[in-house]
Amino acid sequence: MTAIPRPPRRLAGWVAQRWGLRPRLVVGFLVVAVLSALLTATVTFRQARGAILERSQEAAVNDLRTQVDSLGPDLVVPPQEEDLRDFALRLEQAGGSHPWRVSVSYADGPIIPGPPKGEQGSALASLRAAVGDRRSTVYQRVDRDGDPRLVIAMPVDFADGGTPSGVVVYADMSLSDERDDIAALVTAAQVGAVPALVLALVPALIAARRVLLPVRRLQEAAERITSGELDTRLPVSGSDELADLTRTFNTMAAALESSDTELRRMEANARRFAADVSHELRTPLSAMTAVTGVLDEEVERLDPDTADAVQLISQETAKLARMVEDLMEISRFDAGAAALQLDEVDVATAVRKTLRLRGWDDQVEAELPEGLRARLDPRRIDVVLANLISNALRHGGAPVRLRAWAEGGRLLIDVADDGPGIDPEALPHVFDRFYKADAARARSEGSGLGLAIAMENTRLHHGTLTAANAPEGGAVFTVSLPVDPDEGGGREGAPDGAGRRDGSDGPADPGGMSGGPM
Amino acid sequence: MTRVLLIEDDTAVQKGVTLALRRRGHEIEVAGSGEAGLPALQRFEPELVLLDLMLPGMSGLEVCRRIREERQVPIIILSARGDDIDMVVGLEAGADDYVVKPASGEVLEARMRAVLRRVVPQRATAEGDVDAGAVSAPQVETQVETHGALAIDRAGLLVSKAGAEVVLAPSELKLLLFLSAAPGQVFSRQQLLEQVWEHSFYGDARLVDACVMRLRAKIEDDPRSPSYVQTVRGFGYRFGPL
Repeated sequence: MTAIPRPPRRLAGWVAQRWGLRPRLVVGFLVVAVLSALLTATVTFRQARGAILERSQEAAVNDLRTQVDSLGPDLVVPPQEEDLRDFALRLEQAGGSHPWRVSVSYADGPIIPGPPKGEQGSALASLRAAVGDRRSTVYQRVDRDGDPRLVIAMPVDFADGGTPSGVVVYADMSLSDERDDIAALVTAAQVGAVPALVLALVPALIAARRVLLPVRRLQEAAERITSGELDTRLPVSGSDELADLTRTFNTMAAALESSDTELRRMEANARRFAADVSHELRTPLSAMTAVTGVLDEEVERLDPDTADAVQLISQETAKLARMVEDLMEISRFDAGAAALQLDEVDVATAVRKTLRLRGWDDQVEAELPEGLRARLDPRRIDVVLANLISNALRHGGAPVRLRAWAEGGRLLIDVADDGPGIDPEALPHVFDRFYKADAARARSEGSGLGLAIAMENTRLHHGTLTAANAPEGGAVFTVSLPVDPDEGGGREGAPDGAGRRDGSDGPADPGGMSGGPM
Repeated sequence: MTRVLLIEDDTAVQKGVTLALRRRGHEIEVAGSGEAGLPALQRFEPELVLLDLMLPGMSGLEVCRRIREERQVPIIILSARGDDIDMVVGLEAGADDYVVKPASGEVLEARMRAVLRRVVPQRATAEGDVDAGAVSAPQVETQVETHGALAIDRAGLLVSKAGAEVVLAPSELKLLLFLSAAPGQVFSRQQLLEQVWEHSFYGDARLVDACVMRLRAKIEDDPRSPSYVQTVRGFGYRFGPL
């Protein structure tokens, strides 16, 4: 069994690749069933066939001996040809149940009546020789034109003392009855084998099921774990290898769950910490912020150094307040406390208002279609645009180009600048919190959260926010929102920003950008 | 000059806000808790209350409710809690506006002036002198309007329903006056935030929703199927049609 020839192994590999476990198990089971049925049938057949032939031959030899013993004494010795012919005839008639053809020979004389030609003759000749050697009954099975026959050669002894008389009787009888019996045996074996195989299919399927059911359960459980149901466990029954596997699976799931819980706990702690810290900072900051106005008014009356110091405090307090505000905003997203307040608004009006409120009218070239309406949270979209534009102004300088248009049920807004663009290596990280593309310029105007907040606000709308570099240089940020998040969100809104780092719908076609009346 | 009662437990914030507002010519009285604030209300008779929500002892929300039970003095919540839910709860307790800390003196001043302005500036003059609206509005409309069972006296700033006076908080009154000046016209929540609350930046629209809820509870026969202040889904609110 160890040395399996190569082609079968390749075949086995092919089967293993193409077939599932169940057909392989069933086929294996059936092959075993067929082989054992075949083996049993063969042995049984050979035994039965041997027994049938043995009994027929013995019966025939006994019959012949009885007849020879009863008729033999009448034979005159040495017999004439006529006597032999007569003897043969009488034996043949006495055959009764065994229709046989009888011939007789004496000493070296011819076989009377003469043997038929061909194989039968040569069989007779060889039998005659065998009888001459052994001086006992011999027989042989021969096949004549598909008819199996038994040929017996029996020396006739004198009644007194058993001395050979030199007379040998040959009987030639058909074995067709026995052949039919054996044929019936084969047919019976064949007829029996088919239902046996069909019956074997049942335990095969049951066995396959018994093995496969736990395997399939394991597979389903593994799929559930993959989809995030980490509390999945399987009942363990029995003590076989599959039970061991199930137990190991459960242990693995428990380990996975506990480390996941631990991770979540740590993450929640970190987030709560950020929220708590920014919250605690608010109260002192609100005292400081309230008085920065007072400081600013006093600056003119102070000596230059004090004035600088006071201004610094005033400015940095404002910056700190903004950072804490951004941190609180991000914490709200993390806590899932951010909710959409949808209103149907005119996009051009909303964008213009954002620009006017921040005094960016002169620094942003806006291309806005009239009459384009969308359902969105104006406060959040204002934050998104403000963060994108201030980012563009900071890195690219004025003028920043803003373009809004509708396309396939979505509202798209581009914010493009003429700056150096975004380092391709930094591109995937621009929306990360506190990510600084340029370490040397570590402390910029913003809180480091502006783009992350813009991203969160866009996602809340079931929209996408992408960053890219325009072919002619400069960075392009594209906001894509469903015109109605209630409808569009379910249909094509990318949940959790599936298109987050997918730049495919990011950069607008540059032709449209430059070709516009800007 | 405005008489402002500041109810706030943190001494630094007390000092900062007092400094900032006093400098702008307002008169400030400080109470360190709700329990101290309520008697101060009687004694000091403030024109406006600045209220912190997280107070030792009686909560800011409870203080807000108690004040609202007996007075129509404008209340501005000044809170470090900026979550939507905090805002909604505070506004439902009867506050007229909600300012999230930290807030500069300018922002506080602007919000106070907006809340104190008793009449909504007409949209035609909204961009002009802030006091002009207050002065011109009573001259334009002197008669009492009736809308169903509701009688609105724009000059006297009185609202009555079926003859009985309806007591409204300042923001509720302003919202009703603004909406009823153009019956049937739909205003988005952002428009109302700008016009009634004078939030120049995008504010939280829940301010409007909370105020509408409070207003409905006072003037509607059945606040759940309102007839005076109606919701236009996806657009905003309108007054009537009755």
